[in-house]
Amino acid sequence: MNRYIIRRLLIAIPTLLIISVVVFAILALAPGDPMSQFAANPAVPPEVRENMRHALGLDQPWPVRYVKWLTEFVQGNWGYSFISKVPVIGLVAQRLPNTLAVLGVAYIVSILIAIPIGIISAVRRYTLFDHTATAFAFIGYSIPTFFSGILLIIIFSIKLHWFPFIYDSTLKVHDFSTLMTQISQSIMPITVLALFETATLTRFVRSEMLENLSLDYVRTARSKGLAERVVIIKHALRNSLIPVVTLIALGVPTIFTGAIITEQIFAVPGVGQLLISSIEVNDTPVVMAITFVYAILVVGFNLVADVLYGALDPRIKYT
Amino acid sequence: MGAALSGGGRWRGLLVALASALLVATACTTPPSGASPTTGASASASAVARGGGGTLHILYWQAPTILNTHKAQGTKDYDAGGLILEPLAKFGPDAKPVPFLASEIPTLQNGGIAADLKSITWKLKQNVKWSDGTDFTADDVVFTWQYVADEKTAASDSETVLGVSKVEAVDKNTVKVSFTDPNPNPYQIFVTGLGNIIQKKQFQSCIGAAAETCAENNKPVGTGPYKLVDFKPGDVVTYTINDSYRDPGKPFFKDVQIKGVADAATAARSVCQAGDSDYGWNMQIEWSILSQIVSGGKCVMVTHDSPNVERILVNRADPSASLGDKRSEPTTQHPFLSDLNVRKALAMAIDRKTLATQLYNETGKATCNIVTAPAEVNSPNTASADICQFDATKAGQLLDQAGWTKAADGKRAKGGKQMVINYLTSTNDLRQKEQAIVKQNWEALGITVNLKNVPASVFFSSDAGNPDTAAHMYYDVEMYTNGSSDPDQQNYLSGWLCNQIAQKSNQWKGNNYERYCSTQYDNLFAQYKKELDKTKRSQLAIQLNDMLVNDVVIIPLVARAFPVASASKDLKGLNGTPWESDLWNIQEWYK
Repeated sequence: MNRYIIRRLLIAIPTLLIISVVVFAILALAPGDPMSQFAANPAVPPEVRENMRHALGLDQPWPVRYVKWLTEFVQGNWGYSFISKVPVIGLVAQRLPNTLAVLGVAYIVSILIAIPIGIISAVRRYTLFDHTATAFAFIGYSIPTFFSGILLIIIFSIKLHWFPFIYDSTLKVHDFSTLMTQISQSIMPITVLALFETATLTRFVRSEMLENLSLDYVRTARSKGLAERVVIIKHALRNSLIPVVTLIALGVPTIFTGAIITEQIFAVPGVGQLLISSIEVNDTPVVMAITFVYAILVVGFNLVADVLYGALDPRIKYT
Repeated sequence: MGAALSGGGRWRGLLVALASALLVATACTTPPSGASPTTGASASASAVARGGGGTLHILYWQAPTILNTHKAQGTKDYDAGGLILEPLAKFGPDAKPVPFLASEIPTLQNGGIAADLKSITWKLKQNVKWSDGTDFTADDVVFTWQYVADEKTAASDSETVLGVSKVEAVDKNTVKVSFTDPNPNPYQIFVTGLGNIIQKKQFQSCIGAAAETCAENNKPVGTGPYKLVDFKPGDVVTYTINDSYRDPGKPFFKDVQIKGVADAATAARSVCQAGDSDYGWNMQIEWSILSQIVSGGKCVMVTHDSPNVERILVNRADPSASLGDKRSEPTTQHPFLSDLNVRKALAMAIDRKTLATQLYNETGKATCNIVTAPAEVNSPNTASADICQFDATKAGQLLDQAGWTKAADGKRAKGGKQMVINYLTSTNDLRQKEQAIVKQNWEALGITVNLKNVPASVFFSSDAGNPDTAAHMYYDVEMYTNGSSDPDQQNYLSGWLCNQIAQKSNQWKGNNYERYCSTQYDNLFAQYKKELDKTKRSQLAIQLNDMLVNDVVIIPLVARAFPVASASKDLKGLNGTPWESDLWNIQEWYK
């Protein structure tokens, strides 16, 4: 097992290196630069813009810039943002709590909702509950977040005035009333995201359960005279959850990068919003940091998922 | 500041479009009430005390990313930094300087400006303190010049120090700026948001190469009405009253928050429909959608005249791809746009009035000038010129005269070659609708028009390797907004000189994208540059404008009342000026 983990970790190094080269090259070769905001502005003539590019080191060829970036990055220095001139790590640290407060919560909520619904849907297959759950799952799955988000804003913010639709990141939760404010400002983005996540997960749990419920060991359990609760929860569910746990583990890295569209709609200053605005202005150090950390997380959680799989399913042995 | 408009990404456009569609669908059925501009409301806030108001909520659809305005990346940064940092003077709505850190405006009459126009002497206000309690002195002003003038600092406003030979502190409260040559615009430095004064004590270790990663950039100490509480780059800036601010009765609002939201429609909705915010910056939204949001009734539109003109640039060089390296180089000649009659026809075929009313309405007026503000340089001559009239018949006749006649299929051609126009602009809903109208106008004449748009970040980039930038001009015509960033037009009008032509040899640096070159224009500009008398300068600026318009170097379309903002109905004291940030007089705002 340990040898397996070590081997996987060693394979991860070239994988990550290739990812970083590709991402850096795409950024470097993509059109645009951080100076484009000054376009044709007579107060900022081309010579001034060129001088600014020089100060950022953008006049060097991209392989040189890549090597510089990599040597700094492996030493833990994520560099400075081209745009705001602050350390990238500080920028990301500023955004991460907001992303976790919205996306992290939405992820947990959707897991908590999806698993029971999936189980009931499978056990009570083709009942009214199953049909309703299926209908909701398909609605949740097929409505894009930019549509459901704006719909919620129009209903609950503009018509009913219940919730604010601009997220206030300066709010500090220290008592009951600020907690309520926090809930009211994050409930809509959480709903939008949870709706989508729940839909996917419900369908997955349901199909896994259905597959297991028809297997021999479940029939054996039933014929032993076990209570139906025990059969479902202790026998069928446990086995159905193995792939579900993997799926959940693989989804964890996406929490880090945030939900770009939902964050934009509700003005949640999360990592996703930072990523998209940095891409728009070609802020290479920020984009590289976020995408690369994401790559590390994806590789890492893939390993975690595989290891968990082995731990949950004794039939699987890694050598 | 902020002449060109960045339109945001492609998917953001989709968002806005969807949001807008939904909003229009659900908006109230009441017709939009005649939203009246509040500009010019110069009522004093004498009845209200310092800090009497709560928090002022301001929304920008581009979030501020840096607060040291000398390293600013765009209007959002100048505006956000401007609450803390101040220049010696700012240009008011009438394009006249208003003293801020200066005690009075130096003029030729009061001797502040030397008779030979080679120096200007500023008297500073006495007893002004930085928000950390220390004294503001002439040394800070001198330091600011040194900071901006140091090439390694790579200040984005370093244009302001060009031609400045020396800045010296005569005494604690007097600063003398000397120029190498007589300068008809002695207010070029330390005036407007480009001339904000930074504290020597704070920034002296941040000058030169150290400026790039200096932590002080995002927590400047200033003399302005507010000081920084917290700054989250790309998200939100929180300010509170600067207790050391010199006017004991101001500002009215205790705290200010500038928050970045994704798009203008969201900001407008928050101000006008939800009533959660007080001020929404730059409402760059199509009028039919904006008017619906404004009809929410909780806000008014804030507009004022501006120097920004949406225009079509006409390429004089040949952009044909078959030319390879020679493409759009000034040595080539455009197959049909080099013909004045064809250019005239294109100008006359555009129905700019319809375009302005349908797409801009209260946010812009049809114009045939490229210099529109201040009023004394807005040419009165072009309105009656034939090329400024919408006349499709005459346009057709001009094309016939030029030899571009209609073939049997209704398309114009000459010598077997069809007239095809490739038309580029930035990705932005409004611009794509403008393109559609112009295309309709031109196609009615029998010209084939191909439309294309690229993201603003590409269109406006200075990337020499990208063929789709505005400067490469690999298209027949391009469209965007530009204008002088200060009341003096010299920098702006220099953009049509022969030596400003963007081309391969200068890596497409140079603001003359049209590849226009006329000795007549160059000579007139040289005369303008030398002219020191203000009235005569204005007349020369008008002549230069008329020359560009009559020769159809550009086709001006719409004078944008820009920046246009939405403000809470209760917000008073706004007095927008085209030369400064929307928030330039925030110390006067009250409810």
